Amino acid sequence: MAAPETSSAAVPTLYTNNTLRNAFGGVLSFFILLLIGVLAFSIRLFSVIKYESVIHEFDPYFNYRVTQFLTKNGIYEFWNWFDDRTWYPLGRVIGGTVYPGLTLTAGTIWWLLNSLNIPLSVETVCVFTAPIFSAFASWATYLLTKEVKGAGAGLTAAALLAMVPSYISRSVAGSYDNEAVAIFALIFTFYLYIKTLNTGSLFYATLNSIAYFYMVCSWGGYTFIINLIPMHVLLCIVIGRYSSRLYIAYAPLVVLGTLLAALVPVVGFNAVMTSEHFASFLVFIIIHVVAFVYHIKGILSPKMFKVAVTLVASVGLAVCCAVIAVLIALVASSPTKGWSGRSLSLLDPTYASKYIPIIASVSEHQPPTWPSYFMDINVLAFLVPAGIIACFLPLSDASSFVVLYIATSVYFSGVMVRLMLVLAPAACITSGIALSQAFDVFTRSIKFQLPGISSNAEVDAGEASSAIAEAQNDAVKTEKPEETSRDRPSRKNKKKEKEPVEKPSTKAKAKAEKKRLLALPLEASAISLLLLVLLGAFYVVHCVWAAAEAYSAPSIVLTSHSHDGLHVFDDFREAYAWLHHNTDVDDKVASWWDYGYQTTAMANRTVIVDNNTWNNTHIATVGTAMSSPEKAAWEIFHSLDVKYVLVVFGGLVGYPSDDINKFLWMVRIGGGVFPHIKEPDYLRDGQYRIDSQGTPTMLNSLMYKLSYYRFVETDGKGFDRVRRTEIGKKYFKLTHFEEVFTTHHWMVRIYKLKSPKNRIRGKTKKSKSKTGSASSPKGKKKNP
Amino acid sequence: METPIRSRETLSLTLFSLLFFICKSSPLHHLLISNAERRIDLSSHIVKVYLTLKIENAGSTPASEVLLAFPPAQVDHLATVEALATKGKRKKTTLVHLEVKPTELPDAPNDAKYFTIYLASPLNSGESTTLEVLYMLTHSLEPFPAEIAQSESQLVFYRDNALILLPYHVRQQTTFIKTPSNKVESFTRVEPTNRAGTEIKYGPYEDRPPYSFSPILVHFENNSPFAVVEELVREVEISHWGNLQVTEQYTLVHAGARHKGVFSRVDYQSRPSLNGVSSFRYLLARLPPRVHSVYYRDEIGNISSSHLRTDSRKSELEIEPRYPLFGGWKATFVIGYGLPLQDFLFESSNDKRYLNFTFGCPLLETVVDKLTFKVVLPEGSKDPSAVVPFPVEQHLETKYSYLDVVGRTVVVLEKKNVVPVHNTHFQVYYTFKPIFMLAEPMMLASAFFLFFVACVAYLHIDLSIRK
Repeated sequence: MAAPETSSAAVPTLYTNNTLRNAFGGVLSFFILLLIGVLAFSIRLFSVIKYESVIHEFDPYFNYRVTQFLTKNGIYEFWNWFDDRTWYPLGRVIGGTVYPGLTLTAGTIWWLLNSLNIPLSVETVCVFTAPIFSAFASWATYLLTKEVKGAGAGLTAAALLAMVPSYISRSVAGSYDNEAVAIFALIFTFYLYIKTLNTGSLFYATLNSIAYFYMVCSWGGYTFIINLIPMHVLLCIVIGRYSSRLYIAYAPLVVLGTLLAALVPVVGFNAVMTSEHFASFLVFIIIHVVAFVYHIKGILSPKMFKVAVTLVASVGLAVCCAVIAVLIALVASSPTKGWSGRSLSLLDPTYASKYIPIIASVSEHQPPTWPSYFMDINVLAFLVPAGIIACFLPLSDASSFVVLYIATSVYFSGVMVRLMLVLAPAACITSGIALSQAFDVFTRSIKFQLPGISSNAEVDAGEASSAIAEAQNDAVKTEKPEETSRDRPSRKNKKKEKEPVEKPSTKAKAKAEKKRLLALPLEASAISLLLLVLLGAFYVVHCVWAAAEAYSAPSIVLTSHSHDGLHVFDDFREAYAWLHHNTDVDDKVASWWDYGYQTTAMANRTVIVDNNTWNNTHIATVGTAMSSPEKAAWEIFHSLDVKYVLVVFGGLVGYPSDDINKFLWMVRIGGGVFPHIKEPDYLRDGQYRIDSQGTPTMLNSLMYKLSYYRFVETDGKGFDRVRRTEIGKKYFKLTHFEEVFTTHHWMVRIYKLKSPKNRIRGKTKKSKSKTGSASSPKGKKKNP
Repeated sequence: METPIRSRETLSLTLFSLLFFICKSSPLHHLLISNAERRIDLSSHIVKVYLTLKIENAGSTPASEVLLAFPPAQVDHLATVEALATKGKRKKTTLVHLEVKPTELPDAPNDAKYFTIYLASPLNSGESTTLEVLYMLTHSLEPFPAEIAQSESQLVFYRDNALILLPYHVRQQTTFIKTPSNKVESFTRVEPTNRAGTEIKYGPYEDRPPYSFSPILVHFENNSPFAVVEELVREVEISHWGNLQVTEQYTLVHAGARHKGVFSRVDYQSRPSLNGVSSFRYLLARLPPRVHSVYYRDEIGNISSSHLRTDSRKSELEIEPRYPLFGGWKATFVIGYGLPLQDFLFESSNDKRYLNFTFGCPLLETVVDKLTFKVVLPEGSKDPSAVVPFPVEQHLETKYSYLDVVGRTVVVLEKKNVVPVHNTHFQVYYTFKPIFMLAEPMMLASAFFLFFVACVAYLHIDLSIRK
């Protein structure tokens, strides 16, 4: 509510020529920014207030654990950390496979606070890192939008970003994930790029590379930057906007940025060797060629230049063709064409579902639905087109970048829900521009027509464009033509939306006359203003609702409201705490990979697979074990040295994202590597069911048995509240596993592998055949 | 079951005779006990022994000390020894606490350990007096079988002496052993012995020489929660701004018979009377009144299952660990709360302040193997000294907390084997000048002041080279 209003208040203040009022505007916008920061921080605290100060979900637990390691052992140990508590028996080189930006940021904050003797725990720092960086991100948005369309738009965009639900969903307190700092880094890198583009300063270009480095440290999404900026450079060159500022903005970024990026262990030589980065190098070559051509053009006479062009073009084309041919051959020789799976699924949305079930199985990698757009960016979705149009009035280098940014991010968000996060800042920036321009037009119209201040309005209008013109900072620019060219169409645009009267007359008219004609009618402006404020209010209400209700649940502790009050389901932590305190330190726990990070972080036990999903075969092995009958599963687990198996079961309390519902993915992923697991075996007529119609393979699978073991004794029927059906097989015994712990609401069940039986003399023959099959478990598993 | 007991008995009898001969040479037998009664309470996992001794001075010189002897195995588990003297006649009796100190005797038979009771007034020749002695033993009930399944109840051994081990001649003595239930599997008979309900009576035995020993073994059912806090760190932080912040870190373990095999939630939930009788789900912590901002969490977050009841005299916090504790299962958690300072901090006459706080563990009926009590004094306080009514190890530490420069003095008190009897008040004295309270606000204010000055300076200085 406050944000659009405050910014609208700031806009006119900034448009004064009085020094005192300018200073006042500066102070005012400073405080508005401060408040926006506070807003961004505090709207994300719902999770702490409604639940508790705790790390959320899955990946944040891994980051938290890494941060703990960093703060305990120092930076050098961190780079060399080989984690033997995960991916047993393979282990994982954490230092070399993790984006260290978030961890290092939180670690530094913690270290700073502790050296000031402020004894905050690592957990507290981790929980509040994301809200702090959201405040930074909204300030970065202000800077970026200010560079594009002036301070008013900047403030509006910052206020919008401070509470955009899409970003809130990833940065509530406790959501300690890479995106928390990466979005700030992304926006800040873009800001510095635009700043360099506008000023041509090498200082900002260097800062830009450093910001890019921070982004590379933080998130794999840095490839978005390193593709978007070259695209923009190319666009500028193509539409004839090449300038030395463009060169300064781009060339140092590629050279320095790539060098710095290669310093991050997880990127390393990928920074020059994978296809994601090729675009930047290609454009790097092109911009040099263009720069060279411009330079030659300046030196030579037009005639000589033509001769040189023909000469160079003929030779150059031949060389280029050869080089491109070699490049294509190189790229084509690699199996994935040099692209990583996730990037490929971005380019070809069907790629993952066809080839990599592990990527497809993650819900955040699915394409979003339309309601999710409304949920995540709300009214911004309607303001974006207006913002894009505003960006074209007039088109500067900076505003063309914004247009390009929004266009690409809309595409990416359409491929993966997760990338809605990249869209959010772009949407906020364009909407901020749209809102600010609209406010600008309406307030000026009102001001112009209200008696008494009309004389002021003229000056104000002139000042307004100068503020924006400053940002564009083109070499030669008189105020008048710029002003007319900008004002006229923008008004036309607004009128097109609101009221198609008053077609603007010719430029030749007297200035005052023109002003009056360009102004909208008083009533129309007032009503439109009111409507815009209402729109803003609606946005704020929605954002607060989303932050409070939709995105604050930490997912490790669930609550439900029933007639007898609040009920808390804290089963996950119950199980992890039990594992932590009542099993041996070196015991291995097998579970589906979703719970890997949490098990290592909360229970401190070795897991077989975790959310890092880097080894498909290993995950497939666990998937196969879960889909196999008990004995075969026992053999697989035993060969992996597993002592406990953990399953998540929601049937008793109706928790829908349990292992039975994820089971088909286990079958698919397992079957992808071990062909004896066939998905149709688990489906009855293409339907996945666990009732009496379920297939025998399904009802004999380990997952079914571990989930429903003695479940029927709870209510006598075995009614599953998630699948809303009675289970198919009710009474059965476990032969190779024993129940060692089940949480209060049965949501987590832990089983122990029974130790292998001693050989009995009479059974030597049988056991011999067993040992034979144990050496090749795949052959054995086929039998049942 | 019977055989091991018998073999142990023979072993101990030889031991006893050995003891008997050595003790002949003891110089202490001019005292004698005319009547001794011992009541052993085995109803919880803390063994409480009440000893009533009627002492006569048969020697010629006045005696001011009375010795108590304990076998070495018991001394390790001895949590507390208290002695009370009855004064006055009949109905006007008052109890006076007597000083009790562990003593080393050079010719202690068979490594027996001694405690000396210092009488309030020396006992003259021919006089007699009555002493009440209370001592508690921890970890003295040995689960047998050592591992039980979920549906079984817990049986334990208790080993002791049918006769009271004393370095004096005892004319008449009786021992009563109280078990928590009627279920007694077996007990050693040393005639006359009889059992009625929950009580086993040994004796009366007449005229036993010093150091008489006759081992007994009681095997009985005890399903009371064997809640043992392996390590408890209590930290009390004094802030002169009016708050006392207490943080208590627990490592709790069920020290009874270890849980074996399956834990079935369905059995545990549907048949609670038959399943997991020896396990426990709830613990009650008794906190001081006017407690505020109570939290109960562990290293992975808040534990939502707790209830706080407060009234004007006390606060009770009922906590439930994340999972029910079966034998051998562990849990760790932290309880923290704030208290109003004026309830606990006082000024003494000699210009000193002192904190008056309760030692021991707030959880009821628990044994603490190792208790570390840290009193964090405010920054700038001097001359700390602690007055504790029983022996504890003390040392000083320094802790750095919010924006400290020189650090806060921490008085660390350590004690092993703490039982609820130790929940008594103790005092920590220190001197503190109130001006130190302003140090941190002043520091912050000056830091901000400097920051703004720096900002103003930066805005007014033109650093550009070109004009």
